[in-house]
Amino acid sequence: MKHSSELSVLDSFASLANEEEAELSLSNGSRVAVVGGGPAGSFFSFFLLKMAAAVDLQIEVDIYDPRSFAHCGPAGCNHCGGIVSESLVQILATEGINLPESVVQRGIESYLVHMDVGSVAIQNQAGEQRIAALYRGNGPREGGESRWESFDGYLQALAKKKGARVLHQLITNIHWRKGYPCLQFADQKEARYDLIAVASGVNSNFLRLLEDMPAGFEPPRTTRAYVCEFKSTEAEILRILGNSVHVYLLPIPRLEFAAIIPKGEFATVVMLGDDLDQELVHTFLNDPAVGASFPSNAVPCVCSCSPLINMGARKRPYADRMVLVGDSGVTRLYKDGIGAAFRTAKAAASTAVFQGISEQTFRKNFWPACQTITKDNAIGRFMFGTTGILKRFRFLRCVILRMAAREQAHTSRKPHMSSLLWNMFTGSAPYTEIFVGALHPGFIGNLTLNFVANMWPGKKRKEVS
Amino acid sequence: MSEGALGKIYTDGEVIIKQDAAGDCMYVVQSGQVEIVQSTAAGEQHLNLLSAGDFFGEMALFEKEVRSATARAVGDAKVLKVDKKALFRRLQEDPLLATNLLQTMSHRIRALSKQLADHEADSR
Repeated sequence: MKHSSELSVLDSFASLANEEEAELSLSNGSRVAVVGGGPAGSFFSFFLLKMAAAVDLQIEVDIYDPRSFAHCGPAGCNHCGGIVSESLVQILATEGINLPESVVQRGIESYLVHMDVGSVAIQNQAGEQRIAALYRGNGPREGGESRWESFDGYLQALAKKKGARVLHQLITNIHWRKGYPCLQFADQKEARYDLIAVASGVNSNFLRLLEDMPAGFEPPRTTRAYVCEFKSTEAEILRILGNSVHVYLLPIPRLEFAAIIPKGEFATVVMLGDDLDQELVHTFLNDPAVGASFPSNAVPCVCSCSPLINMGARKRPYADRMVLVGDSGVTRLYKDGIGAAFRTAKAAASTAVFQGISEQTFRKNFWPACQTITKDNAIGRFMFGTTGILKRFRFLRCVILRMAAREQAHTSRKPHMSSLLWNMFTGSAPYTEIFVGALHPGFIGNLTLNFVANMWPGKKRKEVS
Repeated sequence: MSEGALGKIYTDGEVIIKQDAAGDCMYVVQSGQVEIVQSTAAGEQHLNLLSAGDFFGEMALFEKEVRSATARAVGDAKVLKVDKKALFRRLQEDPLLATNLLQTMSHRIRALSKQLADHEADSR
């Protein structure tokens, strides 16, 4: 039996611990700042306010973003290919978020994979448009008056409808005062918050402000992509590209892969690779496989940029009263960055509302969602690594093309290769699931058969679907 | 609820799901209207008229039963299919995703309870 004084000491410690825990949680009147008004920031604000309302928690949410998505070109742009994946479209619809016609510039029905040995169209197995091609901002330069709305602006409006305030102020500094994070602005004014969610992406200067903080945030590893916009008429873009994203797997050194995405009267060219420069862009656009599917001389380039993309996760995208969501913290390798922003933002919001806002709480409840993405990225890195082998051996490209083309021509066949290519390029499934699919005996058997058939003497094939 | 742009267009009267057929997906109406009807011994019964943002076919996600009713377009309707696999993969990571589904199902149970009560009151 414990002595009464011992009990009281233990109780005191327990109450102290509880008080400390209680302090690091949101309560009525708490103020939350969201730095960055892109998808990650808007999703975080939307779900934070939705979940808070569900448990009668009254909080204030301020979204800081100096940009306005009403502007065309770089002023309102978020430097992105602008694809919302099939899986995210379905999840958003389940959440009650249905992307409107004013935002979706093209519903994508198929992916056309172009190689130097031929092309194959991979159709969506659902037989419907479940991938959205859109502009994150209000479109490129020379967009003029258009009927389209910005995707980021649409999501921001959803967050505003839930009660978030959007402030177009530039943050110049961040510091801690009495355990609370404070934001400083260009006019030297300050604002203290109970929680700060960083959703500024990797192309913002805000991340540099975090490098000197005691929490020791490390910036994520990055590389540069190349995005350029070509303009024509809507009918011409539809005629050339159809309702398809065109993906290029070409044996061009330093080029990982490239895609051309149709959007209204524009076509977005996205390239990923090492040390992308004008020479590489020129080589790609002049490649015969590209020229055959996209005569870029007929549609002038009106806007281009080389944004940074996240290639490696932060070790610890959280601290007491701070959490990093979307590209600022952890994202998916190459594909479905908006889907990763949705997942990390929602995990951070639910942690903040239901569990707390301490470093320990984020580690226990938010970090596992990030780790799911980082572990999957490790498999993804391996899968994309195999494209290097593909680029080296023309024969392998012929086998893949043959297998996919035959599956597409005979719909009764199980689409092993088509599913792999579809999921790799659309980002609709986790890389782990794609990898497991590639180990399926049916996939290996069919690949072997196509390998042998392609070696058969006297038959030189050029399979074009 | 704002109208959605994606999915597939069904023309007036076109059947989207058929009663007694097997199913492993649910649907979300993006635009237009979808009528839910059930064939009974007494003939076809109108159950519900759905519009943009409404779900149907969600029972197939949680039960291995056949479809309990037929859904067909009223005028042109755009409908998005949600695969069971895609949804369950995400539900495992984010159980809160089920909140919207539960809310819809709860509304339907409430509406059914009211209909039942009204029916009993009328038959007395």
